[in-house]
Amino acid sequence: MLDNLSTNQRALILSVVMLVVGLLIWEAAIPAQKAASELTEYERLTGGGAPKAGVPPPSQVLAKAWEQLSNPFYDAGPNDKGIGIQIGYSIYRVLTGYLFAALIAIPLGFLIGMSQVAYKAFNPFIQVLRPISPLAWMPLALFIIQDSEASAIFVIFICSIWPMLLNTAFGVAGVREDWVNVARTHELGALRTAFTVILPAAAPTIITGMRISIGIAWLVIVAAEMLVGGTGIGYYVWNEWNNLDLTSVIFSILMIGVVGMLLDAAFGVLQRAVAYAE
Amino acid sequence: MSKPFLSIERLTQQFPDGQGGALTVFENATFGIEKGEFVCILGHSGCGKSTIMNILAGLAEPTSGGVKMDGTEVSGPSLDRGVVFQNYSLLPWLSALKNVTFGVKARYPEWSKAKVEQHARDYLAMVGLEGDVVHRKPSQLSGGMRQRVSIARAFANHPKLLLLDEPFGALDALTRGTIQDELLKIWGGTEQTVFMITHDIDEAILLADRILLMTNGPFARVAESVEITIPRPRNRTEIVEHPNYYAIRNHLVQFLGQRSKELAGQPSDDPDQRPATVRIDKTAAADPEPEPAPRLQAVNT
Repeated sequence: MLDNLSTNQRALILSVVMLVVGLLIWEAAIPAQKAASELTEYERLTGGGAPKAGVPPPSQVLAKAWEQLSNPFYDAGPNDKGIGIQIGYSIYRVLTGYLFAALIAIPLGFLIGMSQVAYKAFNPFIQVLRPISPLAWMPLALFIIQDSEASAIFVIFICSIWPMLLNTAFGVAGVREDWVNVARTHELGALRTAFTVILPAAAPTIITGMRISIGIAWLVIVAAEMLVGGTGIGYYVWNEWNNLDLTSVIFSILMIGVVGMLLDAAFGVLQRAVAYAE
Repeated sequence: MSKPFLSIERLTQQFPDGQGGALTVFENATFGIEKGEFVCILGHSGCGKSTIMNILAGLAEPTSGGVKMDGTEVSGPSLDRGVVFQNYSLLPWLSALKNVTFGVKARYPEWSKAKVEQHARDYLAMVGLEGDVVHRKPSQLSGGMRQRVSIARAFANHPKLLLLDEPFGALDALTRGTIQDELLKIWGGTEQTVFMITHDIDEAILLADRILLMTNGPFARVAESVEITIPRPRNRTEIVEHPNYYAIRNHLVQFLGQRSKELAGQPSDDPDQRPATVRIDKTAAADPEPEPAPRLQAVNT
């Protein structure tokens, strides 16, 4: 029966089987809470009847997900906002920091890629700044900017700038000389050469850099929001941990994964759009 | 002697040899090309043919000497000098049509979009590319089709001088033949001046009005200018029947096989460094023509 199915269909079936089996094992592995009537007198006296914190079974997580996703944008005070609002804040911060990074990294990367001198002059700074964990900038950012919101955006900015900068420079430097010669023999000016020849030629490499950057930015925003607090999916995870609501923690972990996957997929579409075969 | 349309004067190119010295690739290369002429240049690898082409295109600067076109000094690339590169140099993210309109737009920025596209389509049709095929990307075209697009792009721009750098070098013999015919056809309808590098003697005889022969490098020079005394229109199957065909061919083969080596490094005895003109014509049978070989000897002394 399976022989008639395509590779994709077979993979899909296997994925569903793994999901169901995984969930069943998880469900079975969680010990059920005893009902109060089953407890001995001694257990009741020593507080055995109080609800115990434990890893929730998937059924509870699914119920939580249903509850949250059916009303994602409610706002019942600073510590009780819907998951949609929290994710919205995170995406807003990521995109703002990311946009600033792109505005600087792509033109600068062009410059560095076009000129050997610029490349050699910028390289030592890039090499020192690039390996710094973006969160290490947080204290400095908080002190200088004096605003937790802006500091989180700055951290996103600083972590997403490097892959974009390096990939742009690499892509621009690697544009085939023949193509540049085509532009030269057609008397294209510097700006037109940049936009009609170098940009499309380097676009796949640049978009790859942007895709790496958005992935890193999404990783970093969770940690940054745990530090700055207030709003966002990172803060939400930490807040639910403080509430010992592990169901919400697991649910939000899953949501982080889903949003990250969607961001990556968006850049995947962009990447396919600019790809070319030589 | 009036100045030709394009004159190349005492062109010398040196490259650093990696040990602090300089390697002279060619020295005092001097020749002229008349308007509407089709000139091929033949020579072994390393004699600097491609460098001469890059200098003519304005993509490279000679160490000394100069190039004059229409009386003005050539410096830097220009739309007046179109280039067909050996590796096609099509922009791979653009369709065949867009690759041609890319050039036309650069040449005629004042044209309307429709006019640019129609012009590009006309020239693509001239090299046999019509219909849906023009919307394909270069990666979806065969090598021959790519070179056709490249030729269409160059001709569509009506450059004053068209430079072809071994345009058929990467093609198989059959495809090469068809595109040579197409090149002749498209060239025949224009007054286009063409300068072409090739390695293929038969190709050069078929296409050229004149063939320039270079001696081997280093210190290469343009030693001879051989007139192709076969009337046009030419056809690859018929020209081999022409009495001059094998005489010219033998002369070229002998030059490339032997004399290009013997002459290597010898300076020209002509005060202007002009190549010796060789004219082989066996059709004038009444004239007791000496055998090609001794005559050549005479040319070189």
